[in-house]
Amino acid sequence: MATPNFKHALFCAIVTIVIAYPILGLNLVAESTRVIVEGADTTTVISVFAAALVVFLFQLFRDRIMASLGGLPKLNPFADREHMPESKRARLESWVLTGIVVLALFWPFFVSRGSVDLATLVLIYIMLALGLNVVVGLAGLLDLGYVAFYAVGAYTFALLSQYAGVSFWMALPIGACLAALFGLVLGFPVLRLRGDYLAIVTLGFGEIIRILLNNWTALTGGPNGIGGIPDPTLFGMEFGRRVKEEGNTSFHDTFGIAYSSEHKVIFLYLIALILAVITALIIRRFMRMPVGRAWEALREDEIAARSLGLSRTAVKLSAFTIGAFFAGFAGTVFASKQGFISPESFVFLESAIILAIVVLGGMGSQLGVVLAAIAVTILPELAREFSDFRMLVFGAAMVLMMVWRPQGLMPMRRTHIQLRRQE
Amino acid sequence: MLILEDVHTHYGKIEALHGVSVEVNKGEIVSLIGANGAGKTTLLMTVCGTPQASAGRVLLEGRDITHEATSNIMRSGIAIVPEGRRVFPGLTVEENLHMGGFFNTKAEIRKSQDHVYELFPRLKEREQQRAGTMSGGEQQMLAIGRALMSKPRMIILDEPSLGLAPIIIQQIFEIIGQLREEGITVFLVEQNAHQALSLADRGYVLETGRIRLHDTGTNLLANPEVREAYLGG
Repeated sequence: MATPNFKHALFCAIVTIVIAYPILGLNLVAESTRVIVEGADTTTVISVFAAALVVFLFQLFRDRIMASLGGLPKLNPFADREHMPESKRARLESWVLTGIVVLALFWPFFVSRGSVDLATLVLIYIMLALGLNVVVGLAGLLDLGYVAFYAVGAYTFALLSQYAGVSFWMALPIGACLAALFGLVLGFPVLRLRGDYLAIVTLGFGEIIRILLNNWTALTGGPNGIGGIPDPTLFGMEFGRRVKEEGNTSFHDTFGIAYSSEHKVIFLYLIALILAVITALIIRRFMRMPVGRAWEALREDEIAARSLGLSRTAVKLSAFTIGAFFAGFAGTVFASKQGFISPESFVFLESAIILAIVVLGGMGSQLGVVLAAIAVTILPELAREFSDFRMLVFGAAMVLMMVWRPQGLMPMRRTHIQLRRQE
Repeated sequence: MLILEDVHTHYGKIEALHGVSVEVNKGEIVSLIGANGAGKTTLLMTVCGTPQASAGRVLLEGRDITHEATSNIMRSGIAIVPEGRRVFPGLTVEENLHMGGFFNTKAEIRKSQDHVYELFPRLKEREQQRAGTMSGGEQQMLAIGRALMSKPRMIILDEPSLGLAPIIIQQIFEIIGQLREEGITVFLVEQNAHQALSLADRGYVLETGRIRLHDTGTNLLANPEVREAYLGG
């Protein structure tokens, strides 16, 4: 028992030194035209070895440490509590959700501009994650290129406004529908694929869209992106200091209040909030409809689902299309919020983060996904004080989360469909 | 009811069925027996349209379904209980049953559900339990119940006795007999030759992709060749 642990611990400590010393202990210094290698100061070297020692000790006593950590979840006062009955739980959940939405409606009027801006981003991620939840959580199709549909939505609005002067409200349905169309088109070639193969094809699709946007300079401006995307208007009222478009009035003039740049931020936030709520409600509806059950049946057992007469084509395509539709929604809002978009906003990491939100939240669970979206977006901001290490903190939080709650924050409780008995 | 005429089926370049002709008449129980790899499951899958027959014809109630999509075939009064049960493990018993009646109206679903619970009172007890947590026998009952939910005129069972205790097998076969009483045509594929043939009106013996023998169930049971190969002498 002790010997393998000792060997393993020694090995880990050596790996630590091998990795850490060249990175931290050796510095490249530019001296006129040459670059020379210089050893770092003693403190760095000492801390590298101290870190190796910590790794060694931890690995040596790992079993004991993990055993004592195993007692931790018991600290959670809710751990031993009985599960609530289904109906009570559902009612509580809808009350909690309604409360959150009402709070969210008034919240922006009391906080700083930066927080509202961040909250808008959170809401965009909520929309994205809810959409991806349909594809991954419900239909069980691992999609690693989800960001492509987000990009389609954003670029649709950007291009339409640049070339045709289309407003936000017109572009919103167009962007969403175009993204849905892309979802449908992607759906066809991947119908026969499952699991890993599907993941790779969707990954490729996401990259194709990004590279296309990057290289089609004549249309999309390539890496320079598209700027000057208009803000949304409220019944023809603009939120800028001066009215840009003929026939529009400005918001502060109409209501006779002083101009404030905050109005626009809050307005965008409210739009995002309303759209996120609409997204959640529509998808909730879908989940309870036959098509929602068909998604789940296909995820659980494809052969059985087909033996019952479900068409694999229709079920998979509907999941892809609906998921993509809401990504398009989110993309349009994103373009409007940023005012400028470039292919850089739609890299693979975005897909990975959205997927992480869905997995962290608990596959298929809406409330979980909302909570996870908030956590994943805000956590890096809160950890800003650690500056360089914030991604590290973020990563560590994710790893710990998956170790302790592999089923996600709020695993999905299946909604039971009860037929009303007619007496 | 169901007629297969000289059906050939390929997996890629390999021919699994070399011209099989089978006929199942309305109201009959027909058993298909054969060893592992004889092509029993392939034959059933060909009826369902995955894979489709490369030559020959499949007729269901006089309609040619050889080249129809699986989803269409499965909605035209035929239901299959797949090999290995294949219930939806994460869904409850009730939800599994509802999936079976996916294309029916709510009223029809309710009626068939009551009927299934009548056939299998055990399922009623387990109504809100997840299917994956049930025993093999209960899952097999659920798989049959789910197939019955679409009110099929014909039901195909692929090895319903697979991996079950003898007493459960007995029950399952009793239920199959009951289905015939209700006027449902049954096409039964089994390795458990004794049970399958004693219940059947007629039987086919499939060997390496060809029909080897075809007779009434009782005659096949008495056939020395069949006794030798499938009933342990």
